Formats: sequence, structure tokens, C-alpha cells
Amino acid sequence: MNKVLMQGNKIIGEAAIRAGCRFYAGYPITPQNEIPEYMAERLREVEGGVFIQSESEVAAIHMVIGASAAGARSMTSSSSPGISLKQEGISSLAACELPAVIVNMMRGGPGLGNISPSQGDYFQATRGGGHGDYRIIVLGPDSAQELADLTMDAFDLADRYRTPVMILADGMMGQMMEPVIFKTPKPRAYPESFIMKGAGAGKSKIIRGLILDPLDMEEHNWTLDRKYQVIARKETRHELFKADDAELILVAYGTGARIAKGAIKRLREQGLRAGLFRPITLWPFPTNELRDLAKKIENFLVFEMSTGQMVEDVRLAIQGRARIGFHGRPGGVVPTPVELTNVVMRKYDRKEGIIDHY
Amino acid sequence: MMKKVFGRPQSMKKNIFHYCAGCGHSIAHRLIAEVIDELDIRGITIGVPPAGCAVLAYNYFDIDMIEAQHGRGPATATGIKRILPDRVVFSYQGDGDLAAIGIAESFHAANRGENITVVFMNNAVYGMTGGQMAPTSIMGQKTTTSPAGRNNVLDGYPIQVSEIFSLLPGTAYIERCTVNSPASILKTRKAIRKAFQYQIDGLGFSLIEILSPCPTNWKMTPIESCRWIDEVMSKSFPLGVIKDLPAAAKGEQKKGGPRHDG
Amino acid sequence: MMVKTIFSGFGGQGVLMMGYSLAHGAMSAGYHVTFLPAYGAEVRGGTANCTVAVSDDEIASPIASEPNNIVVLNTPSLYAFQNRVAPGGALFLNSSIIAVESSRHDVRIFKIPSSEMAEKLGNPRTANTVMMGAFLKITGLVPPDIYLSSMATVMGSKKKSVIEINRKAFAAGHEFLKIAE
Ligand SMILES: Cc1ncc(C[n+]2csc(CCOP(=O)(O)OP(=O)(O)O)c2C)c(N)n1
Ligand code: SF4
Ligand SMILES: [Mg+2]
Repeated sequence: MNKVLMQGNKIIGEAAIRAGCRFYAGYPITPQNEIPEYMAERLREVEGGVFIQSESEVAAIHMVIGASAAGARSMTSSSSPGISLKQEGISSLAACELPAVIVNMMRGGPGLGNISPSQGDYFQATRGGGHGDYRIIVLGPDSAQELADLTMDAFDLADRYRTPVMILADGMMGQMMEPVIFKTPKPRAYPESFIMKGAGAGKSKIIRGLILDPLDMEEHNWTLDRKYQVIARKETRHELFKADDAELILVAYGTGARIAKGAIKRLREQGLRAGLFRPITLWPFPTNELRDLAKKIENFLVFEMSTGQMVEDVRLAIQGRARIGFHGRPGGVVPTPVELTNVVMRKYDRKEGIIDHY
Repeated sequence: MMKKVFGRPQSMKKNIFHYCAGCGHSIAHRLIAEVIDELDIRGITIGVPPAGCAVLAYNYFDIDMIEAQHGRGPATATGIKRILPDRVVFSYQGDGDLAAIGIAESFHAANRGENITVVFMNNAVYGMTGGQMAPTSIMGQKTTTSPAGRNNVLDGYPIQVSEIFSLLPGTAYIERCTVNSPASILKTRKAIRKAFQYQIDGLGFSLIEILSPCPTNWKMTPIESCRWIDEVMSKSFPLGVIKDLPAAAKGEQKKGGPRHDG
Repeated sequence: MMVKTIFSGFGGQGVLMMGYSLAHGAMSAGYHVTFLPAYGAEVRGGTANCTVAVSDDEIASPIASEPNNIVVLNTPSLYAFQNRVAPGGALFLNSSIIAVESSRHDVRIFKIPSSEMAEKLGNPRTANTVMMGAFLKITGLVPPDIYLSSMATVMGSKKKSVIEINRKAFAAGHEFLKIAE
């Protein structure tokens, strides 16, 4: 298949269409407007495609609920403030065990914030985001190729586990162009029995999250939890970059990981053996894999475009087995690899290790 | 053999309603189920119950149903209908659900002319949460959150959903009914049937507003409640067909014949 | 090899087109590439810029801490980016518009009166392509024929005559620096 040069937002759209997404609803917000625009165009071309520009993000996610229940591979996308509005529906999707893909092209926050790339929504995404006891699968692509691959995977994961899946990227990932090859998607394997089509001649079906009896609700909670544990066991993904001989490991995801990779090249030119641990699934977080790494490496430095959110998962994983430093640039600031290189040099002492013990 | 004149509609489950005595919800449920039977659409109908007293509607309807969060029914119904255009899709909403928290979803579904039906249960209060003021509470109406009576300075005015929605070009058929007497119940049944038929015929968005007694929160007996609808509530919310675009178009064709516009 | 270039100018000068077509050309020539446009509020008020990275290895960061080249079409862009260029790097100026001198003495500076040249060719909007001719002449990042076919591709549905005048503009830029050197 051909390599094409495409913008991140459009890559997501194209990958979704190829994966069989036939329903999209969304509300404009920068920096992800190219997704609804692309979907508006492409869903006209494919058979059975439905595009709706909804009146709000709230409406969009509830349209997705309906379309998903009716059997369509469905997607919505937004950026931070709009994702806050979608949480009600995401919670419903989790409760009703309906598949859907939600894209968050993060921007600076809280509040209206700004439209620059940021990673401030990590907590919201990885802790479920809305009310109630649930998790969603969160994928953190760091390249155009991963935007394509993970978007396709997101639909498969959503179906397999009947759960919402979020692509968590940021304005830079959305705007950047890189060459990409679209893989051939797997055919959809989603049992007809889950689809609501009208009862026909048979028994009627109910899709609901309301379970008034606390004992029944508890059972539903544990059922969901068991599912989440299976996901955590089977679906965790991460990447190691120049970690084999590393004496210091940077931990970063998405755009942050790209900057970190740039910094690592520079650090190695200066003789510092730095490597990268990059979670690809942000939930489930690759806890065990990171813990294993901490058995042989003593120094970790977490880099995020936030004031420090993923760093808490890193601490939970490493459990005091190693020193953990932190560097954060919130607010939509995208630091250069040189800055991060300097930070590492400053915080890392060959004898003492990481100095700012976070 | 005896002829059966009254029985449980096939589209209803054998469950006993949890609604209060004299509540309009149970009547409306039954009417919808009868219409579904009559049109023989049980197998292709999908209902979207709301958050509100009717949240458990799926315990009574024997059709496919998917719950919606408070106010979002028309959005969820939109998603279903767009994917399955040949199904009959209706959302069932209270006045808080439709005219307060879900006004945007409802208004825009109507404005898009979604080919769905909304059954709008206007009981002038938030029934489920204990009788708070609703967007449709009438002027002076005492509720738990308008203890001195609805006051336009503090609370604004009752929203006339049907009249407002009728201004949207996307809406095909809107009628305001009630269920406080045998005659009004039969009228409501006819309206619901027409709305579903219009949907089947692909004519667009229809809304049946039902002035519905809530004796519990109105602090009245069922009979007083029925009377209150006639004597008070329907003065703020006049009954009748508010818009019937297909019928108007037909009438025009019949009346006018070929037009000579000068 | 890793070469990062920042293109910058007024909105409407075709700055993003320069970056996009270079990235496409470099991809066609077999390189790894990234193209990163500045977007949103950053480009309100009329400036536009983008960063292109070209490498024979995987590209770690699409952001340029110290670009090897900058191509600037207006004066504010010169001020904004001249200090970022790596020592020994190259600065390409549209000298029809930029009257001031760069403050850098440790970089190679190429002045191309691209607006005037484009005007002479009959289409002032091809000033960006004139710059690309000069830029590729010096950097040799992408062979001209590959670049030109990429340029036609990314211009997409544009008319043949538009492509043709851009080819001429490219040739003019390419020739110009040979004469000047
Ligand atoms: C987001 C949200 N806010 C509040 C509620 C609580 N709630 C449930 S039903 C309801 C009001 C229902 O009133 P109405 O729509 O008029 O229906 P009725 O019970 O009167 O039939 C409220 C406020 C909720 N479920 N969800
Ligand atoms: S509270 Fe009112 S609306 Fe709710 S069930 Fe009772 S009578 Fe009906
Ligand atoms: Mg009510």
C-alpha cells in the first residue's frame, strides 16, 4: 500500500473510515476541526455513512450512543473543553457496554485555556473521566503512523470489550504531517446479538445503565471491573527507545515522547546513556513493564506537557524502587528537545543520580 | 364465545405500573403500546425513555429500548434513526427533560427535521425528583422550589414548547393533547397514531405534547388533577393541533387545484 | 543526515505550501519527513510558519530547536527566527521585501529578490516557488525533478497554467543563485 503525506487529524478520519466507521457526530473546536471536516466529506462517499454536525458535544456523544446501539461503528472527536462535555455520554457508554471511539486533541487548560498542544487531560482520560466506577481504554499515539494504526485498533478494542476507547493526542499530533501507510483493517467481528434493531418477532431488548438495586449495581460494577482487569492484562502496550544500555530513563508519551526522543539523541551525543519508556496505552498503564525496568535502572525522569499527571502513575509503578524526577511544561508550551536535554543534564548527576527527587 | 374488548396490548409487558394513582404516564404508555400493536410495528420500533418518572418505561414496553441520560433522548434517537432509517424511533420525555436540560437536543432534533416522534409529557413539575418547578410550571404555580408561586421576575415564564417548535420548518406535526377524560384519551391515541404513521411515511419530526396529571406533586386527588388541567393548565397550554404540515399541504392541493398566481 | 528548516512569512505568501511541497518531495525522494505548521492563534495577525524535518533516519522530534535553515519572506519573520538558526546554517531572505540586514554573522545568508522576480515572470504569487528554487539549489535536499512533481501533486487540482508558471519560477530561483555566486 502507498505511503502518503497526511495531516494527523485527517489520518484519524481516514483510518476511521477504513476501519468501517460509518457514523460521526461532532461540534467544531480547534485544534481538531479537520476531523469533522474530513468525516463530512468521506462519510458522504461511503455507503451507509452518516455525518452530523451536532448542536453541542453533549448531543454528539449521545448521538454516538444511539448509533453504536444501532450497530454502527461510531466516532466523535473534540478537544479538551468539548471532551469535558462529553463525559456524561462516555460514562453512559461504559455503563451500557457500548463500543465507541472518542478522539481528544488536547489543548491548554483548564477552562477555555488556549488552542496550543498540551497534555493536561491525562487524569481525566485515564481515570474514566465521567462519573461512576469505570475506566476507558486510552491510546497515546506519538506519530502519524500510530495515529492511523491506533485509530483502527481503537475500533477493534472498542468492539472486543464493548467499551469506549479514547485516542488521546494533542494539537501538534493533529496538525503535523508525516508519511503514513494505512494497514488493511481486520473485518469487524461484533456479534449481531448486541445490536438494537427492533425486537422483530423475538424478545425485546433493553440497553440501560440504571440499576436501582445496589446489590445488582454492585454486581454490574464488579462485572465491569473484571473486564477492565482482562484489558489490563492483555492490552497494555509500551515502547522502549534506546533503553538497553541506559542509565537514565525518560518517561513520556505522545508529543512529549517525540521531544524526549530528540533529547535522547542529543544526550547520547554528549555521552549520557539516556533512553525512553513510552506508554502507548495510557490506560491500562504499563505498570509491570515499568516496574521491571526499575529493577535495573535507578533513574527516571518523567516529562509531560502538564504540571505532572502521568508522573503519579510512574510513582505507583516504581514504588520507590528508583529515583523519579519530573519536568513539566503546561499551558500549551511545546519545549524543544534542546530544553529537555538541558533539563536532564542539570538534574542528572553521574554520582548522585536524579537530583530533584520528586 | 365472548368477544374480548379490553386486554393488555402485545407491546406491553406483564408488569404492574409503579406510577402513582391517577398519573398520566401509565395512560400514555398504554396508548403508545396500543398504537404500536395497531400499526403492527412492535418488531421495528425502538423507544428511548428519559430520566424522569418514566425512567423504567422499558419495564412496561415489550419493545427494544435504550435509556437516555436526562434530556438527551432526541440525540440518542437521532443516532439510532440515522443508522436504521426504516425503524420507528420515538423518545419519551418529561418537561424538565425536554424543555430544561434537554432543550438543545430536542430543539435541534426538531430543527433538523429528524424523522422521529417525541412524546412530550408535560406535567408542569419535575415529578421524579419530588415536585420542583419545571420550565412548564404555570404562572403562580407553587412547587417545592417556587414556594411563593412561579414568579416571572425570578423564574421567567412557562415555555410553550409546542408553539415554539411549530415555528421550526423541520417539524411536520405537533399536537397538544391531554389524558384527563375518556374523550381526551381517545383523541390523544389518534394523535399518537398519526405521529407514528407520519414517521413511517417519512414525513419528518412529530411531537405530541400531553398535559399529564401528577396528583402526587400537585397535591391533588386524581379527579382534582383532571379538573385542574381543564380549568387551569390548559389555559396556559391550549389544546389542539398546532401544526400539521402534511395535512395542510394535502388540503391545499384539494382546495386550490392548479394555482394561477397572477 | 538530519536537516530542519523553518519557513515563515505573511499568511497568503504560500509559506505552508513551501513546507508541504518540500516534505512531499523529500518523502518521494525516500527520506523520513515531518511537516509541522503553526496553527490557530499563532497564525492570527497574519503570520504563518512551518517546520520541515528531512532525515535518512527516523525523526525523533518534529520541532526544530536549532534549524539548519530558515526561509523568511518578510521582516517580522527574520526577527522571529534568525536567532534560532544553527551556527553554520543558512538563511534565505526575500530581499524584495526585507530591507534590513540579519544580525547573524555565523550563518550563510542568501538574498533572493523573489517578489520582484515573480512579478517579472507575470505572477507575483509565485515568489514562494522562486525561493524554493534557490533553497533547493543550495541545500540540494531534493532533486529538482522530484520536487517539481511533488509541487504539482500538492497543488492538486490547480490549473495547468498555474503549475507551468510555478515551474518557471522554480527555474528562475534555481538559476539566480548560480549567477550570484
Ligand atoms: C444530569 C442530571 N441531572 C439531574 C438528574 C435528576 N433528575 C432525574 S429526573 C429529573 C426531572 C424529571 O422531570 P421531568 O423531565 O419533568 O419528568 P417527570 O418526572 O416529571 O415525568 C431530574 C432533575 C439527572 N438524572 N441527571
Ligand atoms: S410523581 Fe407525578 S409524574 Fe411521577 S409517577 Fe407520580 S403522579 Fe406520575
Ligand atoms: Mg415533568
